[in-house]
Amino acid sequence: MRHLLDIQSLSQEEISEILRLAENLKEILIRPIPKVPTLRGKLVLLLFYEPSTRTKFSFERACKVLSADTMSFSAKGSSLEKGETILDTVKNLYALGVNLLVIRHNLSGTPHFLAKHLKIPVVNAGDGIHEHPTQALLDLLTVKEKLGTLSGLKVAIVGDIKHSRVAHSDILAFQKMGSSVYVTGPAHLLPEPKEREFFEVKSGGFKVCYKMEDALKDADVVMALRIQRERHGEPFIPALKEYAEIFGLTPKYLELIKEKALLMHPGPINWGVELSYEMEKYPFQVILDQVENGVAVRMAVLLRFLSGD
Amino acid sequence: MKILLKKGRILDPSSGLDFVGDLLIEDGNIRGVERDIELSEKNITMLDCQGKLIFPGLVDMHVHLREPGEEWKEDIESGTRAALYGGVLRVACMPNTKPVNDSPEVTSYILKRAKEKAWVTVYPISAITKGQEGKELSEFGRLKKAGAIAVSDDGKWVANSALMKRALLYAKNFDLPVISHCEDPFLSFKGQINEGKISAKLGLKGIPSSAETIAVIRDLLLAKETETSVHLAHLSVKENIPFLKWAKEEGIPFTAETCPHYFTLTEKEVEGYNTLAKVNPPLRTEEDIYAIKNALKEGYIEVIASDHAPHSPLEKEVEFELASFGMLGLQFLLPLSFNLVREGVLSELKLLEYMITNPSKILRVTPPSFKEGALAEVIVFDPEEEWKVTEEIIQSKSKNTPLLGKTLKGKVKMIILQKTIYRADT
Ligand SMILES: [Zn+2]
Ligand SMILES: [Zn+2]
Repeated sequence: MRHLLDIQSLSQEEISEILRLAENLKEILIRPIPKVPTLRGKLVLLLFYEPSTRTKFSFERACKVLSADTMSFSAKGSSLEKGETILDTVKNLYALGVNLLVIRHNLSGTPHFLAKHLKIPVVNAGDGIHEHPTQALLDLLTVKEKLGTLSGLKVAIVGDIKHSRVAHSDILAFQKMGSSVYVTGPAHLLPEPKEREFFEVKSGGFKVCYKMEDALKDADVVMALRIQRERHGEPFIPALKEYAEIFGLTPKYLELIKEKALLMHPGPINWGVELSYEMEKYPFQVILDQVENGVAVRMAVLLRFLSGD
Repeated sequence: MKILLKKGRILDPSSGLDFVGDLLIEDGNIRGVERDIELSEKNITMLDCQGKLIFPGLVDMHVHLREPGEEWKEDIESGTRAALYGGVLRVACMPNTKPVNDSPEVTSYILKRAKEKAWVTVYPISAITKGQEGKELSEFGRLKKAGAIAVSDDGKWVANSALMKRALLYAKNFDLPVISHCEDPFLSFKGQINEGKISAKLGLKGIPSSAETIAVIRDLLLAKETETSVHLAHLSVKENIPFLKWAKEEGIPFTAETCPHYFTLTEKEVEGYNTLAKVNPPLRTEEDIYAIKNALKEGYIEVIASDHAPHSPLEKEVEFELASFGMLGLQFLLPLSFNLVREGVLSELKLLEYMITNPSKILRVTPPSFKEGALAEVIVFDPEEEWKVTEEIIQSKSKNTPLLGKTLKGKVKMIILQKTIYRADT
């Protein structure tokens, strides 16, 4: 494994290994001085072509804990707007001695494109509507921590599955670890019949449900996705109000899911839409644990690619 | 000045010739085809064609030459040189140039440049609508006078059905063929590759087969209503076929075309975000390939064109979604199409009919042939020779093809165009 580009190309063993490493590294985060010199002298380039605070801060924090130096780059106001190609930008920055590239981009496949042209590891921090592998890994870590296992679970994902890179990575990741994944939401935002074959990973199970109830019934994990009313300037959802009423997670759905089922959200949350305000008090809501585990998982990823050479 | 081609398998779809024999060219014209031509004169160039096929030059009715406006990708000189090497001696070039070929001035400019630079005959296709914007008809009459051989908004579908109907009717005044790029722009909006398993895998917006089929059906209905033939460019999906069959049975005037990549390559080529395989319509599935071959066999599709679409690394070595659609075609047209003969889909003569006589008929030109007195437009082709696709072999300015590094079977060995003999080997 030279890069972390997607969950598709990871084996179950590779996923387990990263999770194990992340679990071990979590210990550092609770130390009085959460910093180790492991990656001292390494330079990580954080290239964010899309506004993102959470993922970017998470990677930055992970770098700092491991004592790696970071360089940040945001597309706004940069040479990109002057017409420079991304390849030129990256090659120039690479010449400054970067050891690893973390990239977030609004176009699918951009990390793969850069990986083809660079000699350093590339970590995908979210590309278009393709994948967001570290998010899936932190979701796995959170579930494993809370429920003690990743196999045999029923995971329900609610929302815009079609355009969600988080969902794409999660669907594959949970199945690879032996869980089954049920997705639901407005039908035009779910994988179409022709597309489904891709999401069916051999070891797990995958099901598209048009009724919320079918997806949520006896679920061990419920993940709500952030919803956007518009896509490419077109309203994809008639109204957020209707969405909240039908596809928003409200206490009425709690009766369907398992007693201690986890409630997750990759953030940022539209309270009152994907999750009703009451859900903030739901005891097994693990949204902040996800954030914390995000740092640990990213530390594990950095360590895997940067130590040893 | 005489050129005598000896002992080749002579194929001429215009006259149905298919036999092993000799072909005599005198002063740039066909002088005779016979089993055995013996000449005692001295001043004769003799070409041994044993084991080779000899047929008239191909007519490729769907080519992008990029001039004017995008000469860094291709120009009339380089594009027609690629055509020559591919055995294509007449090309019809699509109007999506910069500026769009929607005016007599641009049409004349292309013809003037062709006269100065081209290696083969160039037929300009002008736009159906001004600026290819799908709003107003362009001036078919003046365009025809300037030399336009057909009209098309290739790259875009004329989505306004009333306007397309008007175009089909107006084209009757000038006997101009209308060529349609069948793609419902709403269904294909932002689409990158075939919609399906691979588009889901790559996280790229898909172009559903319905985008093409819906357009095909509408165009057929308008052709029926207006009793004007429409030519459906580069068909790629199996869903079209029952409708083409229906239209044939109904007697609706239409012709249909496909390209070698649609019966050769699948969507799998784009895996790993290979922009060289990004083309519009997109590469489809095995099932589609099977259906397209069947449609060729049944004659529902009766033209094979290249849709030669050069793009430089500037347009291809970028993020997948930013990359331009298109791949080279001229030099691969024959070898890839010849697989249809090897697979028993078409006979040699039928294949050549699809690449010479049918496109000529659609464009209303006399096809290249071996009739006595015809201009010498002759190809010598070795169906068995294997060759590797390398950047050096490609005559286009651009090198964008997913075939790079692959081995093809069947090679154009010689081209005799009027008085000149070109050896494509060197
Ligand atoms: Zn087209
Ligand atoms: Zn075209």
